[in-house]
Amino acid sequence: MFKRFFNTWLLPELARGLGVTGKYFFRKKFTVQYPEERAPRSPRFRGLHALRRYPNGEERCIACKLCEAVCPALAITIESQERQDGTRRTTRYDIDLFKCIYCGYCEEACPVDSIVLTDLHEYHFETGAAGTISKEDLLQIGQKHEQAIARARAADSTYR
Amino acid sequence: MDWVLNLWFELPVLVQIGVKIVAIVAPLMVAVAYYTLAERKVIAYMHVRVGPNRVGPKGLLQPIADAVKLMFKEMIVPTHADRYLFIIAPVLALAPALGAWAVMPFTDTLVLADVNASLLYVLALTSMGVYGVVVAGWASNSKYAFLGAMRSAAQIVAYEIAMGFALVGVLMAAGSLNLREIVLAQSGGLHQWFFIPLFPLFLVYLISGVAETNRSPFDVAEGESEIVAGFHVDYSGMGFAVFFLAEYANMLLISGLTVLLFLGGWHPPAPVAPFTWIPDLFWFLGKLAVIAFLFLWFRATFPRYRYDQIMRLGWKVFIPVTLVWITVIGVAKFFTPIGHWFG
Repeated sequence: MFKRFFNTWLLPELARGLGVTGKYFFRKKFTVQYPEERAPRSPRFRGLHALRRYPNGEERCIACKLCEAVCPALAITIESQERQDGTRRTTRYDIDLFKCIYCGYCEEACPVDSIVLTDLHEYHFETGAAGTISKEDLLQIGQKHEQAIARARAADSTYR
Repeated sequence: MDWVLNLWFELPVLVQIGVKIVAIVAPLMVAVAYYTLAERKVIAYMHVRVGPNRVGPKGLLQPIADAVKLMFKEMIVPTHADRYLFIIAPVLALAPALGAWAVMPFTDTLVLADVNASLLYVLALTSMGVYGVVVAGWASNSKYAFLGAMRSAAQIVAYEIAMGFALVGVLMAAGSLNLREIVLAQSGGLHQWFFIPLFPLFLVYLISGVAETNRSPFDVAEGESEIVAGFHVDYSGMGFAVFFLAEYANMLLISGLTVLLFLGGWHPPAPVAPFTWIPDLFWFLGKLAVIAFLFLWFRATFPRYRYDQIMRLGWKVFIPVTLVWITVIGVAKFFTPIGHWFG
């Protein structure tokens, strides 16, 4: 009886609740101050796409269209033609970034490690048309970030 | 120093009054602005986040950025709203919240208007605050706003009574309706402060104060998750900002009153050396800040009350508690040897 009276009128439950939030007030904060600090990213991170080249400068893509076939979102459009030296190459390699779901199947399907998903995730476009990136763009991204791409592949190679 | 005083008394009375008003309202507005920042920071810390820290050093300019943003936003008056009432409602909410500060004794001597019945004046003005909310809900001509206004009206009426009775207890103990004299009745140290003999009334007053200002856990009038923003859904830009200012000014006001009525106002906890080194004004402001912090702490801790429970708490718990304690005070004051403690 007395205990019940005490619990009703002196609000110990409320005080306990305040105690919990009061304790968390002094906890170390989890916040990552984004532009200055970044959360760690796995080498498997699937960000913006890129097309790679061989070290001798030849583009890897052989227009086998496996990526186009496997793409669940139908985001990839490829057209190909025979080059003067007799090899088959793409004349068009467009990825619609609005359709892409970043599943990474294209990368897995690729027999020559040409199309890859880089760890770039800070990009934007300002027009609807810019949401589709062309072969030239993809090759450029690949060229610019080749070192990071190669490093990520190497780090993950033991698990593949 | 004398020539300043002489110059001061040379000024026309209206100018003098104006200067005094500015001297109170300007710091109050700054305090309100930074109270919003404090709220965001405190709640963030309790959520194990860091809160706003981008605008200015440590986010200290955030309230200014907020103010500038709100001022430059369009104030939309809905087509079916009552234009006149819609615009006047935020003013009705803010004016009493600011007006009540006129009689607030910051220290023994620092008070703008030392009115006889200043407590009554404060009660009257804080009751006026509900008109802003009700008129806003009505004038918006929208269901959510109307619901919010109705909830707020019923809630504030219910808690006003409990609050009034809690104040009656203080009046009996202090024997005065003048806020300054109520504080003076609590001089002499911590044990003389009214929150000890009037502990139930202190709790009732504090909780009713939270309910009066429509703060979480009694924020059903805004009820973010139920009725969007309640009475101020249709407000944008400056109209919204004024409601915001009113809410926070009211919270600070209630904190200040709690300090004056129950926590010994500007008196230090003991009238001896280390405590008396700190000026009275800082004791008052410090205690005010502690109570104001409690408001934020409550918001970070308690989930919103169900509406019928709010009503039950107001009518069936607080009013009886206050009535019983008023009787206890009366009996203790006149028939027991510890009567002096009750004033």
